[in-house]
Amino acid sequence: MSRPLRWLLGAVVLAAAVIALIAWRGLRVDAPHDGATPVPRIAADISDPVARGAYLARAANCRGCHSARGDEPYAGGRQIPTPFGTFRSPNITPDPETGIGKWSDTDFWHALHDGRGPDGAPLYPVFPYTHYTRVDRQDSDALFAYLRSLPPVDRKNRPHQLKFPYDQRWLLVAWRALFFRAGTFEVQADRDANWNRGAYLTQGLGHCGACHEARNALGAIVSDEDPAGGVVLDWYAPSLRASDGAGVAHWSHEQVVALLRDGVSAHGSTMGPMAEVVYESLQHLHAEDLSAMAAYLRALPQSEGESAPRVASAAHEGDKAWERGASNYAKHCADCHGDRGEGKEDPGYPALAGNRAVTMRSPVNPIRAVLYGGYAPGTAGNPAPLGMPPYHATLSDQEIAEILGYVRGSWGNAARPIASFEVTRQRTGPLW
Amino acid sequence: MITSTTSPRIGRALATALAALALWPCAVSIAGEVVDFEPRVRPCYACHGDQGRATPDGYYPRIAGKPAGYLFEQLLHFRDGRRVHDEMSYLVDRQRDDTLRRMAEHFAALDLPHPPPAVLNTDATTLEHGARLVREGDAARELPACTACHGESMTGIEPAVPGLLGLPQDYLAAQFGAWREGARRAREPDCMAQIARRLEPADISALSAWLASQPVPSHARAQAGPVRQPPMRCGVLENAR
Ligand code: HEC
Ligand code: HEC
Ligand code: HEC
Ligand code: HEC
Ligand code: HEC
Repeated sequence: MSRPLRWLLGAVVLAAAVIALIAWRGLRVDAPHDGATPVPRIAADISDPVARGAYLARAANCRGCHSARGDEPYAGGRQIPTPFGTFRSPNITPDPETGIGKWSDTDFWHALHDGRGPDGAPLYPVFPYTHYTRVDRQDSDALFAYLRSLPPVDRKNRPHQLKFPYDQRWLLVAWRALFFRAGTFEVQADRDANWNRGAYLTQGLGHCGACHEARNALGAIVSDEDPAGGVVLDWYAPSLRASDGAGVAHWSHEQVVALLRDGVSAHGSTMGPMAEVVYESLQHLHAEDLSAMAAYLRALPQSEGESAPRVASAAHEGDKAWERGASNYAKHCADCHGDRGEGKEDPGYPALAGNRAVTMRSPVNPIRAVLYGGYAPGTAGNPAPLGMPPYHATLSDQEIAEILGYVRGSWGNAARPIASFEVTRQRTGPLW
Repeated sequence: MITSTTSPRIGRALATALAALALWPCAVSIAGEVVDFEPRVRPCYACHGDQGRATPDGYYPRIAGKPAGYLFEQLLHFRDGRRVHDEMSYLVDRQRDDTLRRMAEHFAALDLPHPPPAVLNTDATTLEHGARLVREGDAARELPACTACHGESMTGIEPAVPGLLGLPQDYLAAQFGAWREGARRAREPDCMAQIARRLEPADISALSAWLASQPVPSHARAQAGPVRQPPMRCGVLENAR
């Protein structure tokens, strides 16, 4: 055999082996969890599976993604913007033609646990089965019983609008081979029951990491080694393991519970997608579940790395952009946030000085706060929140960049300034 | 007896407290706590003008002084998707009914002067056509007079029908368009949607122009209601909350 031919043959054999490996890993069906190690039982006091499923669906916020504004709940159609294009959530009411009315509980388990449709086709991981995979079969059945109890809604699924090549569903076979293994929740024997309950809720149903962990260019979560947050729905969800991100290890237990349950705490409030998580999901959880989540979050190992590197505070005299930022801050913002960014006690406007949400490496959250304003979610613990006015109609991108540059560089804050194109980028897309 | 000596004092204290509350219309109680709503509605001024008094030469509608029931209904519509405006919906998205009701009551209680109407260069025939539709309707097309529900002086009827004066022309035209296309919905049966579908484009321009060019009477308030004999069925009049 000539050398080139031997090379070619070698390459073909190698490629075939790789494809076979990918196909095996990507197409295999993992043996379902047999329930040998029992997971923490959530809402064990609710004996009716439908009612228990309703509670679990709250904890997992299934409704949030699977309902479009003004349409029937769970009938799908909500737009979910991602770097790969816009997804449209499907109808998961029990309508036999357009929903999941023909599914069995095993079909549903395959979707939730293994990310596959009844025909075996892989599902896009924007449906966070990457986290729900830790939910056990009994809870899956309760969720299914609840979904079956909903009124069926005849609503055809709208196709996703994805960029090439992400619109090729079969590529998910390779994605799964590289990044996904169906998993189970492993109870950690060296931790107490409360911690384990919190871990099951946070890692599984709550799918907090689906937003709060960095993803690679292919949308797979990568931050296991190096805590970093993720860009999600045009917002930035900082790492729960960074004390200068969304880490809460240094907060009191009560303050963490308050943030999850009421949407505000003494240290900060929730905005955008996080406000939705509180409004749709967390505020409805039982006290013991919130307490377990808080215990788990407070026990997460912490590091730093979310705040923008400190820049030396240069002399700003004669810096026109800085001066315009300062004077526009005084004109538009100081009434509520204080002349020196100190905030107000009564009513409670947040301080911008020393506020980690303002000095983060990624400036998208403060930009979105200024462009679109918004209220913390209305909850029993905070029924009448204060709100931030939107400025997208009254201030230009340049003006907003200058004001935020001033805010990020004043009163002890020392984060880099913001360019106006970073503001421009946030002007499109659906609001969350 | 203890009660006979203390109760008048408690009564007087209570009366004073109630009087103080009456003088302070924006202070309301949520979950037993008295909450001042003025700071809570400041974000609204960004678009609806200082205290919700928007001027007729922009797009944003005035909200100050409109009937509370009407305003509350609209806030629910934006939150729940029966009216569509992304930025507006975003602000009320995750708020509870009682909070939205308090916001509505806060704006309804305001009595602010109206600016002079917009000066439009619409021809007289168009304006006359608009005025006739408002006052008489058009029986041939089953169009009732607008005044039948919106009041003789067009300042609305408590608790759920808004006034039609002092609104920008573009805003008015956009509302009829939204009703025709289903992008604005009220409770069923949705009388305004039916009316909007019976209007021709020329009617819409005439109505919007005439209404936007009328001065608003000073201290205009919605007249006491409810609408006695609506010429059509309107869901919102049947279960006014
Ligand atoms: C972050 C948004 C999001 C959340 C939260 C979410 N889903 Fe989904 N779900 C989706 C999207 C998007 C798809 C479509 C995936 C695809 O096309 O591959 C989907 C697909 C599904 C499917 C497959 C439907 C079909 O017709 O193939 C089921 C079943 C499902 N989700 C159930 C649930 C349940 C139950 C929950 C809560 C435990 C939930 N989802 C939470 C976004 C979400
Ligand atoms: C849909 C995406 C999403 C999900 C799911 C999500 N978060 Fe968040 N979260 C965010 C974003 C975005 C922020 C930053 C904005 C803010 O501070 O509210 C945030 C902020 C936070 C903060 C910091 C708040 C502060 O004031 O410093 C904490 C703590 C937090 N999230 C906890 C959680 C927990 C616990 C869960 C799971 C139950 C969760 N999040 C699920 C998007 C999400
Ligand atoms: C009417 C009072 C008011 C004014 C004026 C105002 N803000 Fe705010 N701002 C708030 C409130 C209230 C919040 C908290 C919102 C929440 O909890 O969702 C907030 C939140 C913020 C946040 C997010 C902080 C965090 O902890 O996540 C930033 C950044 C911000 N404002 C910047 C500004 C800037 C810059 C201006 C001027 C252009 C301004 N604000 C004007 C009331 C105001
Ligand atoms: C970003 C700009 C913006 C902000 C801020 C805003 N609105 Fe609006 N609002 C609008 C627009 C635009 C409309 C008209 C939408 C349409 O065309 O139907 C509207 C309509 C309304 C209406 C219906 C008026 C009518 O006559 O039917 C009410 C009520 C209302 N807003 C209340 C509020 C309240 C309360 C707030 C503060 C919580 C608020 N708005 C903040 C833009 C805004
Ligand atoms: C049968 C009773 C009825 C008649 C007749 C009627 N309306 Fe209405 N109108 C209503 C009700 C009720 C509402 C409030 C709808 C809601 O809750 O959204 C309304 C609302 C409106 C609004 C929205 C105002 C705002 O601030 O957004 C406009 C504009 C309007 N009507 C114009 C008209 C015109 C013009 C006519 C005559 C051609 C008319 N209406 C006739 C009952 C009526």
